[in-house]
Amino acid sequence: MRFALQINEGPYTHQASDTAYQFAKAALARGHEIFRVFFYHDGVNNGTRYTVPPQDDRNLQKLWSDLAEQHNVDLVVCIAAAQRRGILDANEAKRQGKDGDNIAPGFRISGLGQLIEAGIQADRLIVFGD
Amino acid sequence: MSEMKKFLYLNRKAPYGTIYALESLEVVLIGAAFEQEVSLAFLDDGVFQLMNNQDASGTGMKGFSKTYRALGDYEVRKLYVETESLALRGLAVDDLMPITWEDEDEDYAEKPSIIPVSKAELAELIAGHDVVLSF
Repeated sequence: MRFALQINEGPYTHQASDTAYQFAKAALARGHEIFRVFFYHDGVNNGTRYTVPPQDDRNLQKLWSDLAEQHNVDLVVCIAAAQRRGILDANEAKRQGKDGDNIAPGFRISGLGQLIEAGIQADRLIVFGD
Repeated sequence: MSEMKKFLYLNRKAPYGTIYALESLEVVLIGAAFEQEVSLAFLDDGVFQLMNNQDASGTGMKGFSKTYRALGDYEVRKLYVETESLALRGLAVDDLMPITWEDEDEDYAEKPSIIPVSKAELAELIAGHDVVLSF
Protein backbone atom coordinates (compact mmCIF):
# COMPACT_ATOMS: atom_id res chain seq x y z
CA MET A 1 0.00 0.00 0.00
CA ARG A 2 1.10 3.56 -0.64
CA PHE A 3 1.08 5.70 2.51
CA ALA A 4 1.47 9.42 3.09
CA LEU A 5 2.16 10.70 6.61
CA GLN A 6 1.44 14.10 8.12
CA ILE A 7 3.27 15.05 11.33
CA ASN A 8 1.82 17.93 13.31
CA GLU A 9 4.08 18.05 16.38
CA GLY A 10 7.73 18.78 17.06
CA PRO A 11 10.15 16.21 18.46
CA TYR A 12 10.47 15.22 22.15
CA THR A 13 7.57 17.25 23.63
CA HIS A 14 5.12 15.02 21.81
CA GLN A 15 5.30 11.38 20.76
CA ALA A 16 3.76 12.05 17.34
CA SER A 17 7.05 12.10 15.42
CA ASP A 18 8.32 8.94 17.16
CA THR A 19 5.10 7.08 16.39
CA ALA A 20 5.16 8.23 12.78
CA TYR A 21 8.80 7.14 12.44
CA GLN A 22 8.08 3.71 13.90
CA PHE A 23 5.08 3.39 11.58
CA ALA A 24 7.13 4.38 8.52
CA LYS A 25 9.90 1.93 9.42
CA ALA A 26 7.45 -0.92 9.98
CA ALA A 27 5.52 -0.15 6.78
CA LEU A 28 8.71 -0.09 4.69
CA ALA A 29 9.88 -3.35 6.29
CA ARG A 30 6.62 -4.95 5.19
CA GLY A 31 7.12 -3.82 1.60
CA HIS A 32 4.77 -0.83 1.62
CA GLU A 33 5.63 2.51 0.06
CA ILE A 34 5.92 5.83 1.93
CA PHE A 35 4.98 8.33 -0.77
CA ARG A 36 5.77 11.35 1.36
CA VAL A 37 6.12 12.57 4.96
CA PHE A 38 4.76 16.08 5.36
CA PHE A 39 5.79 18.12 8.41
CA TYR A 40 3.29 20.78 9.47
CA HIS A 41 2.59 23.04 12.49
CA ASP A 42 5.42 22.49 15.05
CA GLY A 43 6.22 19.31 13.13
CA VAL A 44 8.59 21.41 11.00
CA ASN A 45 10.95 21.42 14.00
CA ASN A 46 11.79 17.78 13.22
CA GLY A 47 13.72 19.12 10.24
CA THR A 48 16.44 21.20 11.93
CA ARG A 49 19.93 19.70 12.00
CA TYR A 50 20.83 21.80 15.07
CA THR A 51 19.19 19.59 17.69
CA VAL A 52 21.64 17.91 20.09
CA PRO A 53 19.71 15.46 22.28
CA PRO A 54 21.57 13.62 25.09
CA GLN A 55 23.68 10.73 23.80
CA ASP A 56 21.58 8.10 25.54
CA ASP A 57 18.41 9.40 23.88
CA ARG A 58 17.17 8.89 20.33
CA ASN A 59 18.01 11.56 17.76
CA LEU A 60 14.76 11.95 15.86
CA GLN A 61 16.12 14.24 13.18
CA LYS A 62 18.91 11.77 12.43
CA LEU A 63 16.46 8.85 12.41
CA TRP A 64 14.35 10.64 9.80
CA SER A 65 17.39 11.70 7.75
CA ASP A 66 18.75 8.12 7.77
CA LEU A 67 15.33 6.75 6.76
CA ALA A 68 15.20 9.22 3.88
CA GLU A 69 18.65 8.18 2.72
CA GLN A 70 18.10 4.43 3.04
CA HIS A 71 14.62 4.27 1.53
CA ASN A 72 14.48 7.40 -0.60
CA VAL A 73 11.58 8.78 1.48
CA ASP A 74 10.43 12.28 0.53
CA LEU A 75 10.52 14.45 3.71
CA VAL A 76 8.74 17.76 3.08
CA VAL A 77 8.65 20.68 5.51
CA CYS A 78 5.80 23.17 4.96
CA ILE A 79 7.28 26.50 3.92
CA ALA A 80 4.64 28.69 5.59
CA ALA A 81 4.92 26.80 8.88
CA ALA A 82 8.73 26.73 8.59
CA GLN A 83 9.02 30.48 8.05
CA ARG A 84 7.06 31.12 11.25
CA ARG A 85 9.35 28.80 13.22
CA GLY A 86 12.79 29.54 11.80
CA ILE A 87 13.41 26.45 9.68
CA LEU A 88 15.39 27.54 6.62
CA ASP A 89 17.24 25.98 3.71
CA ALA A 90 20.05 27.81 1.93
CA ASN A 91 17.71 29.38 -0.65
CA GLU A 92 15.22 30.61 1.95
CA ALA A 93 18.01 31.98 4.17
CA LYS A 94 19.33 33.98 1.25
CA ARG A 95 15.88 35.14 0.17
CA GLN A 96 14.94 36.26 3.70
CA GLY A 97 18.32 37.83 4.44
CA LYS A 98 19.16 35.43 7.30
CA ASP A 99 22.72 34.53 8.25
CA GLY A 100 22.42 30.77 8.02
CA ASP A 101 20.23 27.76 7.31
CA ASN A 102 19.40 24.75 9.47
CA ILE A 103 17.53 22.25 7.29
CA ALA A 104 18.60 18.66 7.98
CA PRO A 105 19.82 16.22 5.29
CA GLY A 106 16.99 14.48 3.44
CA PHE A 107 14.44 17.20 4.25
CA ARG A 108 13.23 19.75 1.74
CA ILE A 109 11.06 22.85 2.11
CA SER A 110 7.99 23.18 -0.10
CA GLY A 111 4.37 24.31 -0.13
CA LEU A 112 1.09 23.01 1.26
CA GLY A 113 0.19 21.76 -2.20
CA GLN A 114 2.58 18.88 -1.49
CA LEU A 115 0.29 17.77 1.35
CA ILE A 116 -2.82 17.91 -0.84
CA GLU A 117 -0.99 16.02 -3.62
CA ALA A 118 0.07 13.39 -1.09
CA GLY A 119 -3.58 12.99 -0.07
CA ILE A 120 -4.55 12.48 -3.69
CA GLN A 121 -1.70 10.14 -4.67
CA ALA A 122 -1.56 7.93 -1.57
CA ASP A 123 -3.95 5.11 -0.70
CA ARG A 124 -3.95 6.32 2.90
CA LEU A 125 -2.96 9.63 4.48
CA ILE A 126 -2.27 9.22 8.19
CA VAL A 127 -2.10 12.22 10.54
CA PHE A 128 0.18 12.03 13.60
CA GLY A 129 -0.51 14.69 16.21
CA ASP A 130 -2.44 15.48 19.36
CA MET B 1 -3.57 14.55 -10.44
CA SER B 2 -6.81 14.16 -12.37
CA GLU B 3 -8.32 11.85 -9.78
CA MET B 4 -11.07 13.48 -7.69
CA LYS B 5 -11.05 12.64 -4.03
CA LYS B 6 -13.30 13.68 -1.16
CA PHE B 7 -11.33 15.63 1.47
CA LEU B 8 -12.66 16.17 5.00
CA TYR B 9 -10.88 18.51 7.41
CA LEU B 10 -11.57 17.81 11.09
CA ASN B 11 -11.22 20.92 13.24
CA ARG B 12 -11.02 20.01 16.91
CA LYS B 13 -9.35 22.95 18.64
CA ALA B 14 -10.37 26.46 19.74
CA PRO B 15 -9.53 29.28 17.27
CA TYR B 16 -7.00 30.99 19.57
CA GLY B 17 -4.63 29.65 22.19
CA THR B 18 -2.97 27.41 19.60
CA ILE B 19 -2.23 27.87 15.91
CA TYR B 20 -3.98 24.70 14.70
CA ALA B 21 -7.18 26.42 13.52
CA LEU B 22 -5.38 29.14 11.55
CA GLU B 23 -2.95 26.71 9.92
CA SER B 24 -5.80 24.31 9.14
CA LEU B 25 -7.56 27.11 7.30
CA GLU B 26 -4.39 27.74 5.30
CA VAL B 27 -4.43 24.11 4.12
CA VAL B 28 -8.13 24.34 3.24
CA LEU B 29 -7.56 27.45 1.10
CA ILE B 30 -4.56 25.92 -0.73
CA GLY B 31 -6.39 22.61 -1.11
CA ALA B 32 -9.40 24.33 -2.65
CA ALA B 33 -7.24 25.17 -5.67
CA PHE B 34 -6.75 21.45 -6.41
CA GLU B 35 -10.34 20.91 -7.59
CA GLN B 36 -11.08 18.23 -5.04
CA GLU B 37 -14.34 17.89 -3.12
CA VAL B 38 -13.67 19.67 0.18
CA SER B 39 -15.76 19.63 3.36
CA LEU B 40 -15.01 20.76 6.90
CA ALA B 41 -16.19 19.34 10.20
CA PHE B 42 -16.07 21.06 13.57
CA LEU B 43 -16.11 19.09 16.79
CA ASP B 44 -14.82 19.26 20.37
CA ASP B 45 -13.49 22.81 21.05
CA GLY B 46 -13.31 23.24 17.25
CA VAL B 47 -16.94 24.42 17.33
CA PHE B 48 -15.66 27.67 18.90
CA GLN B 49 -13.98 28.46 15.56
CA LEU B 50 -17.41 29.28 14.11
CA MET B 51 -18.69 31.46 16.99
CA ASN B 52 -20.35 34.68 15.89
CA ASN B 53 -18.97 38.08 16.93
CA GLN B 54 -15.41 36.98 17.68
CA ASP B 55 -13.00 39.67 18.83
CA ALA B 56 -9.34 38.66 18.87
CA SER B 57 -8.02 42.17 19.34
CA GLY B 58 -6.85 41.60 22.91
CA THR B 59 -4.90 38.42 22.11
CA GLY B 60 -2.12 39.76 19.92
CA MET B 61 -3.06 37.12 17.37
CA LYS B 62 -4.51 37.88 13.96
CA GLY B 63 -8.31 37.59 13.93
CA PHE B 64 -9.27 35.28 11.07
CA SER B 65 -12.91 34.37 11.70
CA LYS B 66 -14.04 36.31 8.61
CA THR B 67 -12.15 33.79 6.46
CA TYR B 68 -14.74 31.11 7.25
CA ARG B 69 -17.43 33.31 5.66
CA ALA B 70 -15.39 33.46 2.44
CA LEU B 71 -15.12 29.67 2.11
CA GLY B 72 -18.16 29.58 -0.17
CA ASP B 73 -16.16 31.56 -2.75
CA TYR B 74 -13.65 28.69 -2.74
CA GLU B 75 -16.46 26.18 -3.37
CA VAL B 76 -16.22 24.91 0.19
CA ARG B 77 -19.92 24.63 0.93
CA LYS B 78 -20.29 22.02 3.62
CA LEU B 79 -19.32 22.89 7.19
CA TYR B 80 -20.51 20.07 9.42
CA VAL B 81 -20.89 20.91 13.11
CA GLU B 82 -21.26 18.19 15.71
CA THR B 83 -24.32 18.94 17.82
CA GLU B 84 -23.07 17.04 20.90
CA SER B 85 -19.96 19.25 20.98
CA LEU B 86 -22.15 22.37 20.78
CA ALA B 87 -24.46 21.17 23.56
CA LEU B 88 -21.57 20.24 25.88
CA ARG B 89 -20.36 23.84 25.61
CA GLY B 90 -23.79 25.43 26.09
CA LEU B 91 -23.92 26.51 22.45
CA ALA B 92 -26.55 26.28 19.72
CA VAL B 93 -26.36 26.72 15.94
CA ASP B 94 -27.78 30.24 16.45
CA ASP B 95 -24.54 31.20 18.26
CA LEU B 96 -22.52 30.50 15.12
CA MET B 97 -21.67 32.82 12.22
CA PRO B 98 -24.28 32.90 9.45
CA ILE B 99 -22.09 31.32 6.75
CA THR B 100 -23.58 30.91 3.29
CA TRP B 101 -22.66 29.95 -0.28
CA GLU B 102 -24.18 31.18 -3.53
CA ASP B 103 -25.93 28.60 -5.71
CA GLU B 104 -25.29 29.65 -9.32
CA ASP B 105 -27.92 27.15 -10.50
CA GLU B 106 -30.62 29.01 -8.56
CA ASP B 107 -29.88 32.62 -9.48
CA TYR B 108 -27.10 32.84 -6.86
CA ALA B 109 -29.46 32.16 -3.99
CA GLU B 110 -27.61 32.22 -0.67
CA LYS B 111 -27.75 28.85 1.06
CA PRO B 112 -26.50 27.95 4.54
CA SER B 113 -23.11 26.20 4.67
CA ILE B 114 -23.41 25.05 8.28
CA ILE B 115 -24.90 21.57 8.60
CA PRO B 116 -25.55 20.31 12.16
CA VAL B 117 -24.81 16.59 12.49
CA SER B 118 -24.85 14.13 15.38
CA LYS B 119 -21.74 12.28 16.54
CA ALA B 120 -23.04 9.12 14.82
CA GLU B 121 -23.67 11.00 11.57
CA LEU B 122 -20.19 12.51 11.72
CA ALA B 123 -18.70 9.02 12.09
CA GLU B 124 -20.49 8.00 8.89
CA LEU B 125 -19.23 11.14 7.13
CA ILE B 126 -15.64 10.37 8.13
CA ALA B 127 -16.03 6.83 6.80
CA GLY B 128 -17.42 8.22 3.54
CA HIS B 129 -14.44 10.47 2.75
CA ASP B 130 -11.21 9.44 1.00
CA VAL B 131 -8.81 11.77 2.83
CA VAL B 132 -9.38 12.93 6.41
CA LEU B 133 -7.03 15.58 7.80
CA SER B 134 -7.21 16.23 11.51
CA PHE B 135 -6.22 19.52 13.11
